[in-house]
Amino acid sequence: MADSAARPLPTPTGPILPTIGKSDTKPTWCPGCGDFGVVAAVESALKRLKIPAHNVVIVSGIGCSSNLPHFLSSYGFHAIHGRCLPVAEGIRWANHGLTVIGTGGDGDGFGIGAGHFVHAMRRNVDLTYVTMDNQIYGLTTGQASPTSSMGQKTKSTPTGVIEHPIDPIALALASGATYVARGFSGDVKQLTDLVTGGIEHKGFAFVDVFSPCVTYNKINTFDFFRQRVYKLESAGHDPTDIVAAWQRSLEWGDKIPIGLFYRTERPTYEELEEVLAAGPLAHQPAGLRGRESVLDEFV
Amino acid sequence: MTDLAVRAGGQAGDGIASIGETISRCFSRMGWHVFGLNAYQSVIRGGHVWFQARTSDGRPYSQGDQADVLYALDKQTVAVHAPSLRRGGTIVHDPEKFAIAESELPVGVKALGVPTLEFARKYTSQSILQNAAGMGASAFLAGIPLELLHEVLRDSFGKKAGDVVEWNLGASAAGYEFARAHAGASDHAISKRGAPKLLMNGNAAIALGAAAAGCKFLAQYPMTPASSIMHWMAAHSQSLGVVVKQAEDELAAINMAIGASFGGVRAMTATSGGGFSLMVEALGMAGMTETPLVVVESQRSGPSTGLPTKTEQGDLNLMLGAGQGEFPRAILAPSHPAEAYRATIRAFELAEAWQTPVLVASDLHLSENMATVDREELPMDVDVPSLSTVEPNGHEYKRYLYTESGVSPRALPGQPGLQFVAGSDEHDEKGHLVSDVKSGIPIWVTERARMMDKRMRKLRGLLAGAEPPAWEGPPDAELTFVAWGSTLGAIRDAMPVLAAQGRRTNLLHFPTVYPIDADRTRTELAKARRTLLVEANYSGQFGHLLRAETGVYLSERLLKYDGEPFYPHEIVARALEVMQRGG
Repeated sequence: MADSAARPLPTPTGPILPTIGKSDTKPTWCPGCGDFGVVAAVESALKRLKIPAHNVVIVSGIGCSSNLPHFLSSYGFHAIHGRCLPVAEGIRWANHGLTVIGTGGDGDGFGIGAGHFVHAMRRNVDLTYVTMDNQIYGLTTGQASPTSSMGQKTKSTPTGVIEHPIDPIALALASGATYVARGFSGDVKQLTDLVTGGIEHKGFAFVDVFSPCVTYNKINTFDFFRQRVYKLESAGHDPTDIVAAWQRSLEWGDKIPIGLFYRTERPTYEELEEVLAAGPLAHQPAGLRGRESVLDEFV
Repeated sequence: MTDLAVRAGGQAGDGIASIGETISRCFSRMGWHVFGLNAYQSVIRGGHVWFQARTSDGRPYSQGDQADVLYALDKQTVAVHAPSLRRGGTIVHDPEKFAIAESELPVGVKALGVPTLEFARKYTSQSILQNAAGMGASAFLAGIPLELLHEVLRDSFGKKAGDVVEWNLGASAAGYEFARAHAGASDHAISKRGAPKLLMNGNAAIALGAAAAGCKFLAQYPMTPASSIMHWMAAHSQSLGVVVKQAEDELAAINMAIGASFGGVRAMTATSGGGFSLMVEALGMAGMTETPLVVVESQRSGPSTGLPTKTEQGDLNLMLGAGQGEFPRAILAPSHPAEAYRATIRAFELAEAWQTPVLVASDLHLSENMATVDREELPMDVDVPSLSTVEPNGHEYKRYLYTESGVSPRALPGQPGLQFVAGSDEHDEKGHLVSDVKSGIPIWVTERARMMDKRMRKLRGLLAGAEPPAWEGPPDAELTFVAWGSTLGAIRDAMPVLAAQGRRTNLLHFPTVYPIDADRTRTELAKARRTLLVEANYSGQFGHLLRAETGVYLSERLLKYDGEPFYPHEIVARALEVMQRGG
């Protein structure tokens, strides 16, 4: 291929390649918001894996939780509402040497972005998607979300929600995600393990997090979950068993499972896209200089 | 002067486009410039379709008005197209399928009954082979050597099963010899006159231009008439090292392209008006995050689903206004595959230089119809500079640094020490949000305005880097056509016709429809004695833009919104009317 088209990216210089830390922007979430636990878990997971901050891109959509990229010291892309995943996929395909983490809320991911959620999972794009699921629209001051419970009264549903909620775990299993987990921001230690596992996992890793909204959701509170959650790893669940994962995903009520539902190995999109076998796209040569024979088919 | 056209018509599924492409390729290999019009409907089988392969002494820029040879696969084709035949023209048909009465023939037009089905039956029971026989007869009438027809057929079948190729060669030879025995060649028959030319549609030229510009990522959702950009790129994905992603919808397509661009490659998406309507919000995100992006908008007849297989220039207002708020953009409007190639390269260069979205406005007429191009018109010597424009230098890195040009230093993920967050919210020089806790506080009110000013300053650079309005034809014309995009083709073909009638006309066209240099455009328009605005839309959208930008109102208009492309005779008729009215 044309030599002139080669354009290597600048290589790391200097000895210090710091891992992720907090940025100079303080979180703007309400005091007590569940999302504090999630940003702490994401930071801890990336530190534990010693991934340099410059090789991480955290992508989000719009919503309270989607402000997360601003609070950490990696690269970030704070996109428009619902489009976290296609932006994240594009970044991965441009440079699959990067660690890409998608973040956002239940409205962003399962409402306006539901189509992308399903397709990113069936593609098994190698990224980690962490949703801060508070079952309410917070930034727009308290309307029903796709995961709000039947009967829940909100500003947009004063007499109660009359739509069955989406089950993100079951949807992920049905869509072909290869790592499906649920965490609780009241248990940052387990959440850190789940996010770490998701980043390490080769393929699409989905971590849905109960991340209570302390302002607009008076039903699904920290206490609500503390009283109900139990850990799958303590209950003898086998995360390689898809049928067991399905069964656990249906549990809701007095007992709600958290932990790793399912994990499997399948080739990633990046592995199957043959163009990427030559290395990250951003490092590959570009242009047609010296490739004039491409015109021969038009004769 | 030679002007020769072979037209074939029949039902969708009859293989009309293959006949037309084969004849077009024969012409282009003989060294002649070609324009090939493929007129079809939004069905896979049934419905009237036709193809016109036209060549001429000069370069044909449109399908022209008339044909010399009409190969009619059904009776409807005769009824629809016989009136378009020139005196001395011939209708090729198979009497076994239908007869043509003397009374159905225009004056000076002959019918040549060719036993195409009979020739086909010698080889196979598949009636599609009749096309080869009819094509053979048509090729003879057009002066195409049989050996050339056979060479083109062999190439188009490629590595397919040998029998099919042999059948086609045999049936086409039979049709060719039949015509030689029963009819003379057309009065306009041509002979070889130079090196083969390249035959391509606008979409192939756009895809090639993108690849030449260093595009490494194309995300697209299928939509006529943009789909074949994806088809060409997908077919060359591995050899050229371009990732082609068919996305779940246009929302994903443009957002993936933006992600890929942010991630460090030149990226593009392409669609038609319906898909572009879905992309509108993300277009603004590219503007706000200052992420380079090329979007091809190949227009078709709207509104809504409209006429999916028919052309229009009805999306200019949409392209101009796409996205809430204001951000800098450019809209380039090529009119011919050779221009589409260069415009696409320029779009990438502008998007990269000014870190903002650039649109390439095509339409069905340009995207899907074929024209010839010389190799020299497709220069591949395109520099693809490093997309990162900054190295760590010990100073605090500001991704959105205020600069005179409006362009800030751009880092790519993976570069150490330059981390930043690209935000669709309003932000400060470092990329920090000013949209929540800071909004409304006086210092940040000022910052917001400064950041808007910085972004919008890029319009000046876009204007300086884009192709200015251009003139074609004699300077001292009675009438100046004002037009953009694929509409130029019929105007370029109409001007010599008018000249032959002693009427001097010229053309002022806009390779860049936005931004507009108001002063310069006013000056150029002032040179025209009288103008005729020609656009393929209902309201004269470009005329509105010119008026808004320059204050000049172009009152004489030829607007067309029936889905069909402009024909030179329509331009001629309207131009004569305007000129004869005088004043």
